[in-house]
Amino acid sequence: MLYREAGQFKTSFAEDMQIFPIRQDRIAIGLLLAFAFLGVPLFASEYWFSAILIPFLIFALAALGLNILTGYCGQLSLGTAAFMAVGAYAAYNFQLRVEGIPILVSFLLAGFTAAAVGVLFGLPSLRIKGFYLAVATLAAQFFIVWVLTKFPWLSNNSSSGVISAQKIQILGFSFDTPVSKYLLVLGIVVVMALAAKNLARSGTGRAWMAVRDMDVAAQVIGIPLMHTKLTAFAVSSFYCGVAGALYAFCYLGSVEPDGFNLDLSFRILFMVIIGGVGSVLGSFLGAAFILLLPIFLDSTLQPAAQAIGLPFSNATVSHIQFMVFGALIMFFLIVEPHGLTRLWQITKEKLRLWPFPH
Amino acid sequence: MQMNQIGNAAVETAGRKIGEVILSLEHISLAFGGVKALTDISFDVREGEVRAIIGPNGAGKSSMLNVINGVYHPQQGRIVFHGRERRAMEPHKAARQGIARTFQNIALFKGMSVLDNLMTGRVTKMHHGLFAHMLGFGPGRREELAHRQKVEEVIDFLEIQHIRKTPVGRLPYGLQKRVELGRALAAEPSLLLLDEPMAGMNVEEKEDMCRFILDVNDQMGTTIVLIEHDMGVVMDISDRVVVLDYGKKIGDGVPAEVKANPHVIKAYLGAGH
Repeated sequence: MLYREAGQFKTSFAEDMQIFPIRQDRIAIGLLLAFAFLGVPLFASEYWFSAILIPFLIFALAALGLNILTGYCGQLSLGTAAFMAVGAYAAYNFQLRVEGIPILVSFLLAGFTAAAVGVLFGLPSLRIKGFYLAVATLAAQFFIVWVLTKFPWLSNNSSSGVISAQKIQILGFSFDTPVSKYLLVLGIVVVMALAAKNLARSGTGRAWMAVRDMDVAAQVIGIPLMHTKLTAFAVSSFYCGVAGALYAFCYLGSVEPDGFNLDLSFRILFMVIIGGVGSVLGSFLGAAFILLLPIFLDSTLQPAAQAIGLPFSNATVSHIQFMVFGALIMFFLIVEPHGLTRLWQITKEKLRLWPFPH
Repeated sequence: MQMNQIGNAAVETAGRKIGEVILSLEHISLAFGGVKALTDISFDVREGEVRAIIGPNGAGKSSMLNVINGVYHPQQGRIVFHGRERRAMEPHKAARQGIARTFQNIALFKGMSVLDNLMTGRVTKMHHGLFAHMLGFGPGRREELAHRQKVEEVIDFLEIQHIRKTPVGRLPYGLQKRVELGRALAAEPSLLLLDEPMAGMNVEEKEDMCRFILDVNDQMGTTIVLIEHDMGVVMDISDRVVVLDYGKKIGDGVPAEVKANPHVIKAYLGAGH
């Protein structure tokens, strides 16, 4: 079917302001969701679930969290991994110390804990901006990892702060297979992504973007800067916290504080930059790019080298993989500095006219 | 005169009249370190009038507006708005009291569409928070739709229907100025501050803007304080004029008085004329 909105007349503001105003988009999203929930579990292998799909969804959620803060509200943060760590350790402790607490409630509380910590480290944003704020959030990154290593109570006195996530049970059903974990993660991510999309197109989202685009004007219009920035920190950290809890409970199973290092924060930041700053879709595209491309290169380079008969060692292949990966990042940033989302939007705008561009 | 709904304002408030003093500034002094931006300035603004502030570059006109809406906090003096006295105030609180403004250099939210910019202008009228917004249905959504209705009235008024979904960064200068006026109007202010609304426009755009300003004043009964350099425009549309020079008030009165004031002539044309 041709992608165009001709003939789709909006007769009310409600229709004009719905979440996906173009009919084809609604159909595509519906199909995608149906495929993700019903189609994928039918044929994907265990490896696909535990090594590709689950981490993709979790990283997309973390990237979405950072995107809310950096993309929508314009506050640069390098503490994403630390907020994920707060979420992971909070969920672990709630499970451990509160008798009979449902796991979803633990995840929710983990999110709120991360949100509280996020607000605390967001306080400097009221005075400082840009790179200087990034440095302030860097303090969060190091401080939180230090706290988690330093106080054994937080990891139930395990050596070097390693925690093993408890089993996931909801209403008597155990989520112990990769498929069931995938479906759990998918469900949470879909709900939170929709909530983020709703936030972005509501008054809250507009206030964030107003602060991002011109904070003085935003204030003069009547947007309280402190409240708006701290809300962005809270919501962003909530998303990162839930992502962190899922990272521990559904992906790795056991995590240590050093796993949530600056490296991870940077990785998530790159996902946001490459995917598209200030876009929900971009978080998913960016996570897919950063996460899936190395795996794809890994699985194609070796056979390709063998096919042309080049005597590459494994080490050489992995070097080439890094080079190709780096080159592709630069290529995409040069072609479209606004990220993959922008490419997607341009494609959509062209598709609307195709095949009759005049 | 109370602020009315934009759509049927023409019927209700046809014929303008100038009422009580709604804003009075008394002995305002503002300094940045050793630089005196404003020195002992007093004037008032009456309800429903168009009050112009003129003066040469650096006279302190924009500082004056910034004092009125709380961006700058004067060291001395008092401000009485709608009977309430204040010395200093956060800008967002001034906005909640009904003061809206536009900026000399356009200060729109460049990444957002015209519609979103105008919707942002209504922030002081919206009451639902984060959790209502997250849902995508229910009270938060209904509020959003109700405000969309209001914003569309402003869009119709300013004749910018065709660009409502365009990101403002892509619009030409004249239209951006108009959108910025729209954003201020969306707040349904009782006092509208315009900082050089016609700067950098051609004659046609200036005429359009003058018409919009007069219509706002006329149909909605909004009190307007504006800064403008174009003397022809100022003398035509304003009821009373304040003249500043080097941070001091050198003239105040109806346009004809101000034009005849020797201090004003001196400031504008230099001594010897």
